[in-house]
Amino acid sequence: MEALFSILIGLFFTGAIYLVLSKSTVRILLGVVLLGNAVNLLLFTAGRLTREVPPIIPAGMDTLSPGAANPLPQALILTAIVISFSFFAFLLVLTYRAYQELGTDDTDEMRLAEPRNEQLPPVGY
Amino acid sequence: MAAPIDLSAALILSAPPLADWLVVLPVALMIGLGAVLMMVRKSVRLHGGIAIAGLALLVILDAGLLWRVWTHGPVTMVMGRWLPPFGIAFTADLFGAVMALAAAIVALAAGIFALSDIDASGRRYGFYPFLMLLMAGVTGAFLTGDIFNLYVWFEVLLISSFGLLILGSEPEQIDGALKYAVLNLIGTTLFLIAVGYLYAIFGTLNMADIARKAAGLRETAPLTTLTALFILAFAMKAAAFPVNFWLPASYHTPRVTVSALFGGLLTKVGIYSLIRVTIMLFPVEREALSLIVALSAALTMLVGALGALAQNDIRRLVGYVVIAGIGNMMAGVAIGTPAAVSGAILYALHSVVTMTALYLVAGEVGRLGGTWALSGLGGLYRKAPWFSGAAFLLFLAASGLPPLSGLWPKVALLKASLDIGAWWLAAAILVSAFLITLALARVFLLAFWRPQPEPVPEAAAPGGSAVDWRIALPLGCLTGLVVLFGLLPEPLLGLAQTAAEGLGEPAAYIQSVFPGGAAR
Repeated sequence: MEALFSILIGLFFTGAIYLVLSKSTVRILLGVVLLGNAVNLLLFTAGRLTREVPPIIPAGMDTLSPGAANPLPQALILTAIVISFSFFAFLLVLTYRAYQELGTDDTDEMRLAEPRNEQLPPVGY
Repeated sequence: MAAPIDLSAALILSAPPLADWLVVLPVALMIGLGAVLMMVRKSVRLHGGIAIAGLALLVILDAGLLWRVWTHGPVTMVMGRWLPPFGIAFTADLFGAVMALAAAIVALAAGIFALSDIDASGRRYGFYPFLMLLMAGVTGAFLTGDIFNLYVWFEVLLISSFGLLILGSEPEQIDGALKYAVLNLIGTTLFLIAVGYLYAIFGTLNMADIARKAAGLRETAPLTTLTALFILAFAMKAAAFPVNFWLPASYHTPRVTVSALFGGLLTKVGIYSLIRVTIMLFPVEREALSLIVALSAALTMLVGALGALAQNDIRRLVGYVVIAGIGNMMAGVAIGTPAAVSGAILYALHSVVTMTALYLVAGEVGRLGGTWALSGLGGLYRKAPWFSGAAFLLFLAASGLPPLSGLWPKVALLKASLDIGAWWLAAAILVSAFLITLALARVFLLAFWRPQPEPVPEAAAPGGSAVDWRIALPLGCLTGLVVLFGLLPEPLLGLAQTAAEGLGEPAAYIQSVFPGGAAR
């Protein structure tokens, strides 16, 4: 199961990196979402994938029985999901505003903050 | 089943001493005030007073915490009574406490400066609530003892920095913010990936626990790969060379108060985490990667200095000076000896204060001169002699010239790099300092010393020469700190030395988290 998930996570990362490297802001956003989910799956897999052994400490023991899935990474994922969701919401609005204000979704054309023909400082007076 | 369960192995049963609360109070105060300011968001006139009083209290709390750590060693408090490593620990050691204090001082100065710089509409957009939450994130990052919690604080400060960055919603800001947001989000995602692998290897997220378990796992686990991932993630947050391009693209777009906060605090959080993870948790792996870090450090210094020379807009110029400073701190990480780490810590403290002050100077130059372009500025010395004097001192400090605070960390780093025979790193430090001196001296020459090139329309320069206390007080205090550390470096040198030794030999840190030595 873990091996299968590793391949899946690899595919997620591949897609995410491909999208993030493109010039269109919407594709970059999709890449960022995919990247966040790739990381969530990675954390999930790191905590062992099984449903046969419930993560309940049996009577008379003081640790989990071996082979049980670790619940902590799932708590980490919950945190990460909430954070990446709120960031995505913010980024969506920001990208839309950027498209409205700058009139383009091509990152090469977004040169308002760093103008292309910027003047050099005077070398003397 | 009725037998009472012995909880003492998992829970703290007695209340912690009152002084330990100092560890969590700074963060709790900032989050609480952020919430309060959100609640009164309609009454904008209250914001400034509440926020500045809160920041002053934060300075006092952080100073108290530093005093406690200095006299008693690292302090730990665990959330929800769980014993570490089960509960999330807040552990303040000397390095974290002193960085938190520097951040609080700078935020207080920026909070006062904002009274004149941020107009009513900026306040209605929520400048002060965001400032409080930003400080919660920064302070939390400096004081936490849990690596996933560090990630959470990174996100807290990141989301509040987004809010601050687009205050005003000008097209230029949106352009800068988009690049800043996407690249920083990818940076923190890299950090999260590294945390995931770290948990898979160690089965714990507590830093003290990681530090003591690393030795046993070194043989079998891919710790060098893990450390490389952490270095990449934190270098991206700190704007080190191959991954620095988001900084000059965005830091000049917001209001100068916001730029000042970012330039002083955010990149330093990246450096702080880099030092914490590489020096304290994975020293052996850092040694293996030190050449790469050193190369990146040298290139960061040179790129920053050359970039500063090529800028016409003084806010962008200061951005490149920030990058050059990051290179110096990375050099300390690359060398890794206690002397070098103490140099990097000193540099971080100097940089927090000086870079904030430089951005405030840039803002005041823009207000007095009516433009940020060097080609159009001039005659400020005649207009505002006292301000020009303070600016001159800050320029000298940022260049690393005596007798100001920039000198000592550079001397420490130079000596450390010559001690291990890395002459090229020492050369990079010197060349970069020389080029920065040229760049900042040119700013002084053009903007302050020469007469006004052509008379600008009077309407464009409403500033006048009247001294405004909301500008003079923060600038004067920060300049005073810079001069003080330049003239009396002894206490701070000793403090940085002790902090660096505490990072290199984290026995006291571990002892503070696991007082009983812990059986596990």
